[in-house]
Amino acid sequence: MTGTSTQQAGQLDAAALLSLYEQMSVIRRTEKAAHDLFMSGLVKGTTHLAAGHEAVAVGASAALRPDDYVFATYRGHHHAIARGATPEECLAELMSKATGLCRGKGGSMHLTKVDTGMLGSYAIVGSHLPMAAGAAWSAQVRGTGQVAVAFFGDGATNIGAFHEALNLAAVWQLPVLFICENNFYMEYTPISSVTPVANPAADRAPGYGIPGEVIDGNDVLTVHDAVARAAERARAGDGPTVIEAQTYRHYGHSRTDPAKYRPDGELEQWLERDPLTVAHRHLTQLGIAGDELAQADSRAEQVVANAVDAAKNAPDADPAEAFTDVWADGGSTWRT
Amino acid sequence: MADVITYRDAVAEGIAREMRRDPSVVCLGEDIGAAGGVFKTTVGLYDEFGPDRIRDTPISEQAIVGAAMGAAMTGIRPVAEIMFSDFLACCWDYLANEIPKVRYMTGGQVTVPLVIRTANGGGLGFGAQHSQAVENWALTVPGLKIAAPSNPADVVGLMAAAIRSDDPVVFFEHKGLFASKGTPAPPEHVVELGQAGIVREGSDVTVVALASTVPTALAAAERLAPEDISAEVIDLRCLIPLDVRTVLTSLQHTSRLVIVEENPYQGGWGATLASLVADEGFDLLDAPIKRIASACVPLPFADALEERVIPTTDSVTDQIRRLMAY
Repeated sequence: MTGTSTQQAGQLDAAALLSLYEQMSVIRRTEKAAHDLFMSGLVKGTTHLAAGHEAVAVGASAALRPDDYVFATYRGHHHAIARGATPEECLAELMSKATGLCRGKGGSMHLTKVDTGMLGSYAIVGSHLPMAAGAAWSAQVRGTGQVAVAFFGDGATNIGAFHEALNLAAVWQLPVLFICENNFYMEYTPISSVTPVANPAADRAPGYGIPGEVIDGNDVLTVHDAVARAAERARAGDGPTVIEAQTYRHYGHSRTDPAKYRPDGELEQWLERDPLTVAHRHLTQLGIAGDELAQADSRAEQVVANAVDAAKNAPDADPAEAFTDVWADGGSTWRT
Repeated sequence: MADVITYRDAVAEGIAREMRRDPSVVCLGEDIGAAGGVFKTTVGLYDEFGPDRIRDTPISEQAIVGAAMGAAMTGIRPVAEIMFSDFLACCWDYLANEIPKVRYMTGGQVTVPLVIRTANGGGLGFGAQHSQAVENWALTVPGLKIAAPSNPADVVGLMAAAIRSDDPVVFFEHKGLFASKGTPAPPEHVVELGQAGIVREGSDVTVVALASTVPTALAAAERLAPEDISAEVIDLRCLIPLDVRTVLTSLQHTSRLVIVEENPYQGGWGATLASLVADEGFDLLDAPIKRIASACVPLPFADALEERVIPTTDSVTDQIRRLMAY
């Protein structure tokens, strides 16, 4: 599903868009499966579902090179899958299985797949923005033309690390993209009630000499084009970009949050502009027939059903794993 | 080669040797470039390696350490300077939550070969926010390696090991030792992490010290020699990995243990060492373990007050003498 990685802005054809639609459909169904598995007691801890945010992860990933770096947050299932992790690996990790992405040591908030450029999901809000700047610096030092991307929520824009990372990225002209998924709520509280500007990420960018753009984060084409432009800019040596993608989460903040604080009708309004619905409309306009779309959904449904079965049947995480991977030699010995 | 070199110059020497050897080593920090560092520990590096490899940063500790982490994860070896170790608190998330955990929580997918250098400790009258010895902060976090050299040759040797390590290392340079002098490091000098050194042999008492407390312990040992008290002084050099074996081996012939720490008594590294010896070497002991550490107060400014708080040659000598009378 990374076959569109060489596409430039505005160049996605109907086949490529259909592929992105199918990827979003896989993510949506994986999130539903994660929710259902949690409710049936097969996933412990908590989950932060990104249903509704699919267009940001999928559109952005399609505009990146396979060797670019992505850093995400605790709400990162969609980024992991868009970046090459399989639903099976992700669900197995959530279910504490040996076949999970991190062999049971990461969990929902730390989905990572380094060999496809998914450099991790970080659960301390905003902490990964400086890391993405550092990865971009490394690419600059090594002259590889890679870019680094930090996906983050609107809540991260009031963390010091956000401001330190933007400043450093600007002053060092780093090839990094700061992509804010503004879903209008930081956990349970509307971002607007604790932030003095309308667009918490994009409005701050000019203060650091960085271009900031607000886009429709529910339109996968819009996201793709904006990220493709920003990546091109970064690779040309023109420095970082802040993209604020407006979107909406269908579930609450986490598993325990029924999201009762949302005004009546707000969810319904956003559902009319659901990323899958928007992509569906684009595809219909491009002449993709209804049965092709239905087939894509059907394939997605099968992929996720198989993933759920495989993850359920996988062996549990090996308790011996508790004592591996602290150090580079694979062990955890701290004394003689 | 000069007969002696300062600890301060050894820092730059140690970094320069690794940068010449490995082009993936880069440095970042506040004032480390043309200014040569506020403690003059990076003098000459900017001229030799240029702005691409010696990067001045804004006063942004989170960006410095966070960027070093991201860079280390993606193919280069950053050496980040946090000017005073007190300022590690400004980027503590990275030392407590990010750097030491990322290999583990990704199931071993990530390698983080980075060094965080910092000027640690008191004795120079910088007051409570520029004088702390904070190696015990790092000791509480699984996943960090901790080096703290006491002399110029070890600075170079441990710097080589730290920069070559594929694990993250917090490298505590003691600001009270910067002006001290010692033998220069021989070419290709590497001191393996987790290898304590016996810096003075003795038969009556084992004195374990680290960084600034090594010269203090040595001075106390010299003062006690005419009293027929023979003190063996161990320079721990590293807290993680912790060389417990060298300490237990020494106790086999001394049977008495004194630990001299600069960090506050509460939660100090000596408590971990003491508990290990009590656990595994109780039969070797003929007296209780004695910990000498800083008092549990913020570091005061005035010399007369600071001397009351930090272990001194007088206080260490006195405590060893008392233990020998047990």
